[in-house]
Amino acid sequence: MAAVANMPVSDLLKSFKLKTKQQELLIRVSILCLVYILAFITRLFSVLRYESMIHEFDPYFNYRTTLYLTQNGFYDFWNWFDYESWYPLGRIVGGTLYPGLMVTAALIYRILHFLRFAVHIREVCVLTAPFFASNTTLVAYFFGKEIWDTGAGLVAAILIAVCPGYISRSVAGSYDNEGVAIFALLFTFYLFVKAVNTGSLAWSLASAFGYFYMVSAWGGYVFIINLIPLYVLVLLITGRYSMRLYVAYNCMYVLGMLLAMQIRFVGFQHVQSGEHMAAMGVFFLMQVFYFLDWVKHMLSDTKLFQAFLRITVTCAVTVGTIALGLGMLSGYISPWTGRFYSLLDPTYAKDHIPIIASVSEHQPTAWSSFMFDFHILLFLFPAGLYFCFKRLSDATIFIVMYGLTSMYFAGVMVRLILVATPAVCLISAIAVSATVKNLTVLLRSKNKGVQTGSTKGSGSSKASSKALLDQSQPFQKNGAIALLFGAFYLLSKYATHCTWVTSEAYSSPSIVLAARGAHGSRVIFDDYREAYFWLRQNTPPDAKVMSWWDYGYQITAMGNRTVIVDNNTWNNTHIATVGRAMSSYEDEAIEIMRSLDVDYVLVVFGGVTGYSSDDINKFLWMVRIGGGVFPVIKEPDYLVNGEYRVDKGAAPKMLNCLMYKLCYYRFGEMLTEYGKPPGYDRARGVEIGNKDIKLEHLEEAFTTSNWIVRIYKVKPPNNRW
Amino acid sequence: MEAPIRATGILGFTLFSLLFFVCRSSPLHNLFISNAERRIDVTSHIVKVYLTLKVENAGTTPTSEVLLAFPPTQVDHLATVEALVTKGKRKKTTLVRLDVKPTELPDAPNGAKYFTIYLANPLNSGESTTLEVLYLFTHSLEPFPAEIGQSESQLVHYRDSALILSPYHIKQQTTFIKTPSTKVESFTRVEPTNRAGTEIKYGPYEDRPPYSFSPILVHFENNSPFPVVEELVREVEISHWGNLQVTEQYTLVHGGARHKGVFSRVDYQSRPTLSGASSLQHLLARLPPRVHSVYYRDEIGNISSSHLRTDSRKSELEIEPRYPLFGGWKATFVIGYGLPLQDFLFESSDDRRYLNFTFGCPLLETVVDKLTVKVVLPEGSKDPSAVVPFPVDQHLETKYSYLDVVGRTVVVMEKKNLVPVQNSHFQVYYTFKPIFMLAEPLMLASAFFLFFVACVAYLHIDLSIRK
Repeated sequence: MAAVANMPVSDLLKSFKLKTKQQELLIRVSILCLVYILAFITRLFSVLRYESMIHEFDPYFNYRTTLYLTQNGFYDFWNWFDYESWYPLGRIVGGTLYPGLMVTAALIYRILHFLRFAVHIREVCVLTAPFFASNTTLVAYFFGKEIWDTGAGLVAAILIAVCPGYISRSVAGSYDNEGVAIFALLFTFYLFVKAVNTGSLAWSLASAFGYFYMVSAWGGYVFIINLIPLYVLVLLITGRYSMRLYVAYNCMYVLGMLLAMQIRFVGFQHVQSGEHMAAMGVFFLMQVFYFLDWVKHMLSDTKLFQAFLRITVTCAVTVGTIALGLGMLSGYISPWTGRFYSLLDPTYAKDHIPIIASVSEHQPTAWSSFMFDFHILLFLFPAGLYFCFKRLSDATIFIVMYGLTSMYFAGVMVRLILVATPAVCLISAIAVSATVKNLTVLLRSKNKGVQTGSTKGSGSSKASSKALLDQSQPFQKNGAIALLFGAFYLLSKYATHCTWVTSEAYSSPSIVLAARGAHGSRVIFDDYREAYFWLRQNTPPDAKVMSWWDYGYQITAMGNRTVIVDNNTWNNTHIATVGRAMSSYEDEAIEIMRSLDVDYVLVVFGGVTGYSSDDINKFLWMVRIGGGVFPVIKEPDYLVNGEYRVDKGAAPKMLNCLMYKLCYYRFGEMLTEYGKPPGYDRARGVEIGNKDIKLEHLEEAFTTSNWIVRIYKVKPPNNRW
Repeated sequence: MEAPIRATGILGFTLFSLLFFVCRSSPLHNLFISNAERRIDVTSHIVKVYLTLKVENAGTTPTSEVLLAFPPTQVDHLATVEALVTKGKRKKTTLVRLDVKPTELPDAPNGAKYFTIYLANPLNSGESTTLEVLYLFTHSLEPFPAEIGQSESQLVHYRDSALILSPYHIKQQTTFIKTPSTKVESFTRVEPTNRAGTEIKYGPYEDRPPYSFSPILVHFENNSPFPVVEELVREVEISHWGNLQVTEQYTLVHGGARHKGVFSRVDYQSRPTLSGASSLQHLLARLPPRVHSVYYRDEIGNISSSHLRTDSRKSELEIEPRYPLFGGWKATFVIGYGLPLQDFLFESSDDRRYLNFTFGCPLLETVVDKLTVKVVLPEGSKDPSAVVPFPVDQHLETKYSYLDVVGRTVVVMEKKNLVPVQNSHFQVYYTFKPIFMLAEPLMLASAFFLFFVACVAYLHIDLSIRK
């Protein structure tokens, strides 16, 4: 003790001095911790700007089911028959959802309560996505480390932490499957690559469990079960077959398949559906390959082996084709679903499945949204591919394939940008890391060269010798510095862009709308919740509400009332019936509504506030979907010369259909904007065509303060006497 | 003092007001009332009755107890009874509050319920005194018609007796009924009766024998909203780290004439005086000063329409429900706020601590049908006891909050039928050792310490099988 006390301060410091390796570890761990925290807090804009609330549409269903799970336990949840949606059909919730998200949130909730943190389940749900985004950054680090080096891993972690493509689906409150699924996806891929690199059963077992979690969380698992076989196939073709690959794939496929069957919604699809057949085919191919390898080992004669090879391959292909054909014909193997087709052929949905095409996030991606979501990654991605090809290995082949396929899918559908984001971040991270590393090596070795004359270059002999060779080139050092600054500038631009996008575009809950008032003050339109809460408090508990399917989940979750259709668009006919009711005349619609026991009709109307994603703008999709099942509804009846109008020149059917009447009922008396005639629709910028709307079978029950939601009550039938 | 009323659920058909004075210690006719004036204010949905009585002792023995009585139907709606007496001469008059307690009498006619006023000084033979009595009725204005449309105004019935019912002789009495507007549809005439402006005058009536009554019915317009809190749960959580967290859960209903038919927003917005005149648009909550972190939300999230005004003496929170409440419409919401602990927590002389807080509902002009006050004491506190100025149902509960191991003791008090004037203070006494304050920080610190130790241990242990 005395000795320590007598030691000078500098000695004390010296004894604390870390070795280079320890320093590196410390810096690495602290960077990772900071990235972890950054990934979490950058997603909290919506909580700060609005409140801790669930966003958008699907998350409300997830929230409602999570609430049910925490209140009633897992078995009740698993056997839950929800009679509050899809009236009168109901919905078997336990068998028609991916329970991973709800179980995860409920588990976190239980653990927190066990540790005596009395949090509300809503807070857990709101923060689940940011929490998993933070975990994703860690996975990205390890993945980057596996395919390139720790530097690339660190850069990948930072890039993915703030990448808008991922933030769009993982801000606080966006309690959707994708929030945990991207973590599960990347984690499965990482574990699989690790398994391929090591050939270890443990890692492939882990990847099978990762796959199981992914299957339980999101329908996007189909991407994994097709990408991994494709990757294996590519390795086989490029002659990179190895025992490691054999172990990794077989273990992962067989166990992953068996585990995935435990999810009721997926069931036996792994052996019965066309989308999963590629994995099975590759599985059998692996066995054939291994068998041939063994035969080759046993047979010394090359010619004999060639003949055997020919016979075996022919037999295998024939048997496989016949099995597939028989399976398809007998209906045992289901053909590809429409959603899968629409991924391969972007125009498919538009022609065949209007209900998929009507969702804005299923539209093909515009270039601007690529730029918006990826920013500089879009340019770094090809550079990263170059580096990957330059140092080809099993792992880099995987990331290249993941990057290229997911980029294709991202082009097909806007929402699949999300799947591409981790790959783009990883590949870009390789580009950044490799470039910066090369530049710094150049700088440092030159300095050394100046200082110590000639260095043997014990650490990086290649680089320093290269630097010595390049010494003749002028301004090399300056060039490197300039390039480094350039890289720094680009990355800082990326950071500011990401923050801006997150705060401006992706942090709005879409339940509460905010606008700037005349004096720059913030105006809040809380009409949705006003209407839903009114429904919850002031209608009979068994009231059935008819609305377009977009609002179904919100009505059941916030309004606590039974709906006819909701966002789980499993029954196209039912949705078409609602679409037909909305696009018919009132006396025809009342028949449909009575047959569905409808008590209230809810429409969303933006004519007063200028809110453009309202039911009038969605109306053509209702006509199309309704017309797809009931040919009495014809789209041209609602158009004038192919043009969609609501003013005086609109089609007569349009002016008198139920949707038009419900949206514009008594709107003709309303002055919306100074200097415009009454009944001026601000969302479409026209004066409406039918101002004298009389309702016969419905009556206005409630209209919110900004008219965004209007609720009508279906009157009981008139007394016949 | 407030009188406790237990609503027994008796439904009365005839609503008639009885009021009489009985001196228990002496025969009834010892006391008589020389002059009585009653002013009934029906301008809001809480009926306020101000009664001025001149009581004279005609007997021989001094008496200090005076009885008030109400018919059972009115007792159910009676929220509070207060009695005051003027002291001093002319200029230096002060009002002294008298004790009022419910009393049972064996020979009560028609099941009348009694309240005793205890005079401060016994009334000697031949003396007289003037008593000021105030009592409030809730749910006593019956909407008629019971259902109205959006543009109709709300009409209500008020039933009472033109005569102050009394077992005593009342020499002279007058009753005034103040209506909110001049629009009175009808009223029962008991001559002499006349109406001037917003006031209907019954009387003066001379020399009425005991127990005389004369039912009257007044049908008039009352467009004030009828905010009724069906249930209010107030939770007061004490943290010795300096904060008092109050959470209030409301179930609010508009108790007036039920809304029927359409709700038209265009009418409501363009003609606010004609359309939905009786709708409930906003409420005012009076909170203690130095209130902080106020929130106003419901099951589905924050409600953005509220304003908080604070000054050094009080804070006012103006809240609007998500939608205007028409008759029969409901809204549930939660108000929460934090308060500095030193304003409400004190140490008593016997080394115990006590919380001094208001009992009632902070919303103004609101009737509370059922109020539950929960005081969550800090973990480790012992021997809780509550002191409430009126009888309440009490029991203890345990609540688990952040990082609680044994749980916090909760003192629960329940009371029915409350009006804002009853917002008096109550005290909860308990003992608490300050060392318990450190339990939770120490727990957290040790958890982190163990975590770091585990990390260090993990880094220094080699678990691999092969060497």
